[in-house]
Amino acid sequence: MGSVRELDASAITRAVRELCIQINYEVPEDMVVAVKRAREAEESPVAKQILDLLVRNQELAAEGEYPYCQDTGYTVVFLDLGQDVHVVGADLSDAVDEGVRQGYKEGYLRGSVVRDPIFDRTNTMDNTPAFLHVRIVPGDQVRIQVDAKGGGSENKSRHAMLKPSDGIEGVRDFVLRAVAEAGPDSCPPGIIGVGVGGNFEWSAILAKRALLRKVGQPNPDPKVAVFEAELFELCNALGIGPQSMGGTQTVLAVHVETMATHIASLPVAVNIECHAHRTGTRVI
Amino acid sequence: MPVELLEDGRKRVGAPLSDEDVRALHSGDVVLLSGTMYVARDAAHKKLLEDLDAGVPLPFDPTGQIVYYAGPTPERPGKPIGSAGPTTASRMDKYTPRLLELGLKGIVGKGGRGPVVREALREHIGVYMAALGGGGALAALQIRSQRVIAYGELGPEAVREIGVEDFPVWVVNDCEGRDFYAEATAPWRKDDLLPESFRAAKAPLD
Repeated sequence: MGSVRELDASAITRAVRELCIQINYEVPEDMVVAVKRAREAEESPVAKQILDLLVRNQELAAEGEYPYCQDTGYTVVFLDLGQDVHVVGADLSDAVDEGVRQGYKEGYLRGSVVRDPIFDRTNTMDNTPAFLHVRIVPGDQVRIQVDAKGGGSENKSRHAMLKPSDGIEGVRDFVLRAVAEAGPDSCPPGIIGVGVGGNFEWSAILAKRALLRKVGQPNPDPKVAVFEAELFELCNALGIGPQSMGGTQTVLAVHVETMATHIASLPVAVNIECHAHRTGTRVI
Repeated sequence: MPVELLEDGRKRVGAPLSDEDVRALHSGDVVLLSGTMYVARDAAHKKLLEDLDAGVPLPFDPTGQIVYYAGPTPERPGKPIGSAGPTTASRMDKYTPRLLELGLKGIVGKGGRGPVVREALREHIGVYMAALGGGGALAALQIRSQRVIAYGELGPEAVREIGVEDFPVWVVNDCEGRDFYAEATAPWRKDDLLPESFRAAKAPLD
């Protein structure tokens, strides 16, 4: 039996706080590369100008005074907790929320969360609570991935329980439909996260996890990777283009994740991300 | 402020806008806005309409004015505002016709508008313009001043009066019923590549 590593919850708070600030100002390198690649590939002159503006927006945000987007997102946290770690000093979810609270305050980031969806839409003002997903994994480390997810693109996300007979064509058409209907509202060019399989809720979580993959990195399963490439070409054939002003670059990447499902089911979730893609990871 | 045509084809204008100004702005025009805009988004619109229903005077007179759908980040010391790009306009569709009836002339947001708003823009001579969606840092550079004028308890959703200088927008829906997004994207759509099943299917979510 291995020993248990004690980890003070303040280390988790600190990591979340730092990530919240960092990702809202510094666009990750894979996203910088993805926008530049789109700029090279784009054929519409107007769209090229838009992509130049996005590059300037990235550079301006990196100077540290203005976040990349005023929607600094709600905070999704994927926390992989090694099963040999014992978190001490505070409740785990409180530690994460405290990191969000401190990060959004110190980083001059917007509180974009309301307490209650129906009855009391009062802003919590500090962006808490975080939307926390915890997995217990082997080992004695804690891996924390934080994503600041914008609401406009999230609103354009779609879910369906397709029939097995709908097959890959049904999934393909559903993804295309979601991207077409999102149009300008989701701030293209963005990333399309697709979760196929699982059940009702797992397909959505898969789609979110798909978004958080390194931009443009193919699925390790070659069959899925081919499907991703097909979806990428088809989404761009929609002609929506950056800011929906017409062009060849509607999406920067399509990421698909799959898992086992019921014999009766073909769940599909499409989680749409805008060009303000803000995510970062720390391992403690 | 009458519409000024610049050498590069862009136009410059500011509130208050007359019917004549609005008629001079066409789908696809690049416009630089200068002067005052009123910032209001979801929760503020709900309150504005509730105030109207209750007979309470609005925090600003919408006649000839421009409303900007946005919720900025907190300003750093010495800066007038934080990041301040546009939010999705269609969420305000429910509230927009009423404000146009009252004389609102210009709206700035991002994304498409529904048929009811497009018709109201025709009927009341208004214009809907899009700022750079997701370009919050760049937008902040064109904003010179900010003052919360109502509903401070809403935080980022409070109504603000902002002063802008050459704030760039595209005309999306003009008062003639045109839609720039439809016009701009159609030539780039490669229908021959899109699956027949996708093109044939009635949109499941309409």
